[in-house]
Amino acid sequence: MSDTVQDPPVKPVKGRGPTFVTRFLESRHLGWAGLAIGLLAPFVIATPYAMDVMTSAVVFVMLAVGLNIVVGYCGLLDLGYAAFFAVGAYTSGVLSTELKIPLLATVPAVIVVTVLAGVIIGGPTLRLRSDYLAIVTLGFGEIIRITANNLSITGGPSGIYGIPGLFGDATSSQVVFYYAVLLIVAVAVLLAARLGRSRLGRAWRFVREDEDAAEAMGINTYKVKLAAYIAGAVWGGLAGVLFAAQLSAISPASFTFLQSALVLMAVVLGGMGSTPGVVLGAIVISLLPEVLRGLADYRFFAFGVLLIIVMIARPQGLWPHRSRER
Amino acid sequence: MLEVEDLRLSFGGVLAVDGLSFGVGAGEIVSVIGPNGAGKTSAFNCVTGFYKPTAGRIRIDGADVTGRRPSLIAARGVSRTFQNLRVFGEMSVLDNVRAGTHLWLRQRVVDALLHTPRYRRSEREGTEEANKWLDFVGLRGDRAGLVRNLPYGEQRRVEIARALARRPKLLLLDEPAAGLNHGEKAELLDLIRRIRDLGIAIALIEHDMGLVMEVSDRVVVLNFGREIADGPPEQVRGDPAVIEAYLGRDADEAEVEAAREEVGGARGE
Repeated sequence: MSDTVQDPPVKPVKGRGPTFVTRFLESRHLGWAGLAIGLLAPFVIATPYAMDVMTSAVVFVMLAVGLNIVVGYCGLLDLGYAAFFAVGAYTSGVLSTELKIPLLATVPAVIVVTVLAGVIIGGPTLRLRSDYLAIVTLGFGEIIRITANNLSITGGPSGIYGIPGLFGDATSSQVVFYYAVLLIVAVAVLLAARLGRSRLGRAWRFVREDEDAAEAMGINTYKVKLAAYIAGAVWGGLAGVLFAAQLSAISPASFTFLQSALVLMAVVLGGMGSTPGVVLGAIVISLLPEVLRGLADYRFFAFGVLLIIVMIARPQGLWPHRSRER
Repeated sequence: MLEVEDLRLSFGGVLAVDGLSFGVGAGEIVSVIGPNGAGKTSAFNCVTGFYKPTAGRIRIDGADVTGRRPSLIAARGVSRTFQNLRVFGEMSVLDNVRAGTHLWLRQRVVDALLHTPRYRRSEREGTEEANKWLDFVGLRGDRAGLVRNLPYGEQRRVEIARALARRPKLLLLDEPAAGLNHGEKAELLDLIRRIRDLGIAIALIEHDMGLVMEVSDRVVVLNFGREIADGPPEQVRGDPAVIEAYLGRDADEAEVEAAREEVGGARGE
């Protein structure tokens, strides 16, 4: 293509303009549209059961967005993400019940503890690559759960109950709580997306694409991976706080490998590295079993089959990340 | 600028680099040549920190960087390209070049979270820098699109632009002409000279003798991990040890003549 040395410099080629659909899907206003849907949902259905399901779905979105930083942006396969969820939930649960303070007041402590957990788990493991890392994180996920199961301060197998609400009163209405969670998660999604578009976010993607080339460009891949791990830990831990507030009781049974696997599934199903994709994936994963409730015993069978069909039809995810720039 | 002193690297019992010493002065173009397996890329990998040398010293601007992390060596002002093209395939061309700006772009995490004026300013600066270097290397193709959709020759340009966006003092190019056609090689030659004119020192591994003889200030010849010649192109071209390395000891006259042709190929082009 370049036998034309003598030719004058060629102007950079601009690709074909995006279609209307792509423009809409990449629009900045899309996040507002998503938030509006979340805000209006209680006007459509506001039974206690529906509010409960919707609140869980929003908390799950936060988890998925956090794991997306680790898996989607940075390409580190983490099979023990529920560990950070548990660390956050237990830290806030223990502090608020022991000190009789509202859950929101425990947030600074939760951030500190999850950062520490991220460093402790990530520090030794991030020197490993791909499959090995996955196995080790799987192990850490189990260690955290079993530890919670055996310590007295975490209440052993029966867990902690009587956790106050976000603002200290356990009796605030479900709808108010839903809106509080929705707004917190909306901010968390926005911040995660902003991180993804920053200097650090690009560094994560460079590491995912080619670690050696990233190093050659002066990116300390170890530090950058640890940063991704810590960010994921903080997001997961804060999701844990919301989870504790919603249920007012937590036990080790909530933080199994299945939970980690479901969050990972949401990320992969939605589209790794894509914020709208991951949000959509999380909503699908958390709502689909409820929608399929009519199938009774066949519910999870249908859930599994649908997931397989989606992954065969759209291996890149429901709403994949586009690296093309506007 | 760069000093390599008595560098040794062994993989198990195999000595890939065996007591290599050479230097690259500021603004100089030094080519490292030698038959396949002579240890050229291994030496480059030691210099850039990807391999830890078994023995020897590597200094950049007088500072000892032997065995340090590649990212630290890059932070000292060394940039490189790879023999087998290591671009970030699933990212846009501009993002690829922005990788080079990582070290000097002043942007904190807080700026990115809050989209402070500093964030916007630094992002604009990074994009301008990326476009500047893509103009410099003469990239033809869609800059907003994925780099893997570009033809091979253009991907090579992107890799060089990425290395330049680092604003290096020393640039190591590992076989930049491999897989390029005749016209592209001529453009590469011009590009290497323009890079040198910016005051950036260049260390070059290359098999294309025409290019090497044309562009180098000095040529270092390796064989079996040892340096067998170091000097200006004209001197190296006639060196019997070099001709022997490329051909073997028992070559008859006709073959030596053919090798001379190959090594001295620059004249023809």
